[in-house]
Amino acid sequence: MSALRELLRRGDPAIWLAGTGLGISILMIGGMIGLILWNGLGFFWPGHLEEITLKDGTVLLGEVVAREAIPAPGTPEHLKKRRLQMKLGNRDVGSADFRWVNEDDVASRQIPQDAVYVERREYGPFIGRPVKLAEGDKELAAGAAAVLAQLPALVDKAVSDRDAIRTLERDQIGAINYRIEQLRLDQRSLDLKAAQTPGVDQSAAKAEIDQQLTGLQTEYGELDQRLKKTREEAERVRVTLKASGGEEKEMPVLDVYRLFAPNQLSVTGRAGIYASRLWEFLSGDPRESNTEGGIFPAIFGTVMMVMLMSVIAVPFGVLAALYLREYAHQGVLVRLVRIAVNNLAGVPSIVFGVFGLGFFVYLVGGTIDQMFFPESLPTPTFGTGGILWASLTLGMLTVPVVIVASEEALSAVPRSMREASLATGATKFQTICRVVLPAAAPGILTGLILAMARGAGEVAPLMITGVVKLAPDMPLDSLFPYLHLERKFMHLGFHIYDVGFQSPNVEAAKPMVYATAVLLLLIVILLNLTAIIVRNRLRKKYRTSAFS
Amino acid sequence: MTDATVRTPDEKPLSATAGVTFATPPAAAGETAIVIRNGNLWYGDNQALHDITMDIPAGQATAFIGPSGCGKSTLLRCLNRMNDLIDNVRITGDFLVNGKDINARTTDVIEVRRRIGMVFQKSNPLPKSIFENVVYGLRIAGVRDKATLESACERSLRHAALWDEVKDRLDSSGLSLSGGQQQRLCIARAIAIEPEIVLMDEPCSALDPIATLKIEELIYELKSQYTIVIVTHNLQQAARVSDKTAFFWLGRLVEHSNTSDLFTNPKEKHTEDYITGRFG
Repeated sequence: MSALRELLRRGDPAIWLAGTGLGISILMIGGMIGLILWNGLGFFWPGHLEEITLKDGTVLLGEVVAREAIPAPGTPEHLKKRRLQMKLGNRDVGSADFRWVNEDDVASRQIPQDAVYVERREYGPFIGRPVKLAEGDKELAAGAAAVLAQLPALVDKAVSDRDAIRTLERDQIGAINYRIEQLRLDQRSLDLKAAQTPGVDQSAAKAEIDQQLTGLQTEYGELDQRLKKTREEAERVRVTLKASGGEEKEMPVLDVYRLFAPNQLSVTGRAGIYASRLWEFLSGDPRESNTEGGIFPAIFGTVMMVMLMSVIAVPFGVLAALYLREYAHQGVLVRLVRIAVNNLAGVPSIVFGVFGLGFFVYLVGGTIDQMFFPESLPTPTFGTGGILWASLTLGMLTVPVVIVASEEALSAVPRSMREASLATGATKFQTICRVVLPAAAPGILTGLILAMARGAGEVAPLMITGVVKLAPDMPLDSLFPYLHLERKFMHLGFHIYDVGFQSPNVEAAKPMVYATAVLLLLIVILLNLTAIIVRNRLRKKYRTSAFS
Repeated sequence: MTDATVRTPDEKPLSATAGVTFATPPAAAGETAIVIRNGNLWYGDNQALHDITMDIPAGQATAFIGPSGCGKSTLLRCLNRMNDLIDNVRITGDFLVNGKDINARTTDVIEVRRRIGMVFQKSNPLPKSIFENVVYGLRIAGVRDKATLESACERSLRHAALWDEVKDRLDSSGLSLSGGQQQRLCIARAIAIEPEIVLMDEPCSALDPIATLKIEELIYELKSQYTIVIVTHNLQQAARVSDKTAFFWLGRLVEHSNTSDLFTNPKEKHTEDYITGRFG
């Protein structure tokens, strides 16, 4: 008894308890990150293709992606038998993307060397065997080995062809479309002006616009012709593949993004495929309703939104904290404001979203449209969700975090330092600018870090203030005025939700969800790390004593 | 009050060269620099100073001594309105510097602090370079000319007996100096703006004997040019550096006379008890 009391007195059990708590927390966080990393990063690794013959004679060719016990509650078989999940692809020739196969039904399993995995523009992956390769009516190669030998060069050419087509479509034709649209708006605003002030002759201006329009339309026609020709030429090379069920499928090589025979690949070959898939994921545009391809627009949108949000939230937060801490009389009112700010930090984000929609989008945006963009109404310019409104909404959401952290940082600046400045005849304002703010900068940056961490992960308020599933244009591009704050944008958090829960093909999208989650984590970590490094630099610079 | 100053012509006050001028001229040696009449101070409901009346002579060093909590630091901080920073402080009575009430509504507190520099108990260099620390007050006053700043920096550091130790590393942080050097840096910062009066709040309490000795020598030097008021717990120090000594007890001024008289021939029993170590 006294030994137990002695133990309690020394506090060892408390240490064990605290240690256990820490251990469990680390385990949970580590487990979560590990799961996401494993599922997300494993997605890009090309697995073997297996040919499985069932007892009923069906032949399935695909990748075995999972193996699990069959639940049969109440029978002795419960969880005794196993089944396999196969990724079969070939959606367009009548196969289901994924299929479960009971191991009992399997007659034989083998790994065919000539099976190929094709990533293409439409219909998801195709898994089969190459049959022949043709350019127009001329046959280039026949038989799996011959086709496989010739294909890499052709797929490379398809990549450059696609780039050329994309440049034509997006950049050149897109720019002309943009200019035509601007001219149409000019035309409309002339009409509006004419209606308001009758009697002023605007035929000269109109004729000018008409002439420009005609010129642009001719240019458009030429580019369109060129685009058609380029595409026709590129589509002449076609590859024919045979699915495991015997159906043949012919497709232009132009539509093939990646074609390889995974069973022939060495580990380095696989790593090459892995790297190229990862790079496509990071830098490419999404395909197939976001379940394939890359997510670069979402990365860009997320980072840009967080930066805009910081630019908005930090100055306001710091100014508010300065007033609260340095100038305001510390009375009941200030205490109430402080409580309100703290509570604001805990308001559910969707509430901010609703406010953003009502205030920023409809009220502010609608007013801007009426005042500055009447020519494009009823199509809204700023009166609809956009990156500016989303950033402002998130800025409001994160301002309380910045205020709280800044206030703490300001109050941590020692009085001796303020006295040093004031005693030499500095005003309060000079003291704040030259001594207090620099010394509080690391703490203010901590506030920024917290704000960014919260802002980057928010999805709910963005869904109603400007995030879309697929944004055709990025908010920053090469067309004047370069920064298009009114545009809608893509966001990683929303992308996860969209791909995971709104996608028609959930099984195919699942790994994409994990991969996107990894990326979102990585971006948040990267943004935080940058701020932390800056903060540590500042901390070193403004250390208040040589010993602390 | 005359226009005469204690400075020789070639040692023009920097405040004049920097274009900083004051409404009233500084007091000459032998005159009274600070007049305190019936000074009372409350922290909330707690009265810390009771009816202080004293004259502090110009061009001399005056020491405030007394046990902890007797109000000597509080009084010192009243002289350049440092107590403004503390909430709930109420001051009554007259605090006149060169005949002007520093607590008056029309008085510019910035000018008061520019004329009355202060060195604190704990050295408080700003997290800037040594050079920037010294010229901080000048920059604040709007001096931009580099040559002026550099000459002021050198002169102040020489005055503070720190020049030889730091002249090769003026760009390194003020926080990289040792405790004694930091305190001398703070003194240099205080005298760089050429104040008339320098207040020192236990400037040596955190220093070792050698550093203390250096600062005492410095105070001895400085009093030829500045009026110095120093708060100290070290009676020997008070005896060594000051011309006048004031003994405080429980917020009251008990005795104020020439240092030699006070230490050899105290008039009050409390003073005698304190300086002979019977209490406090």
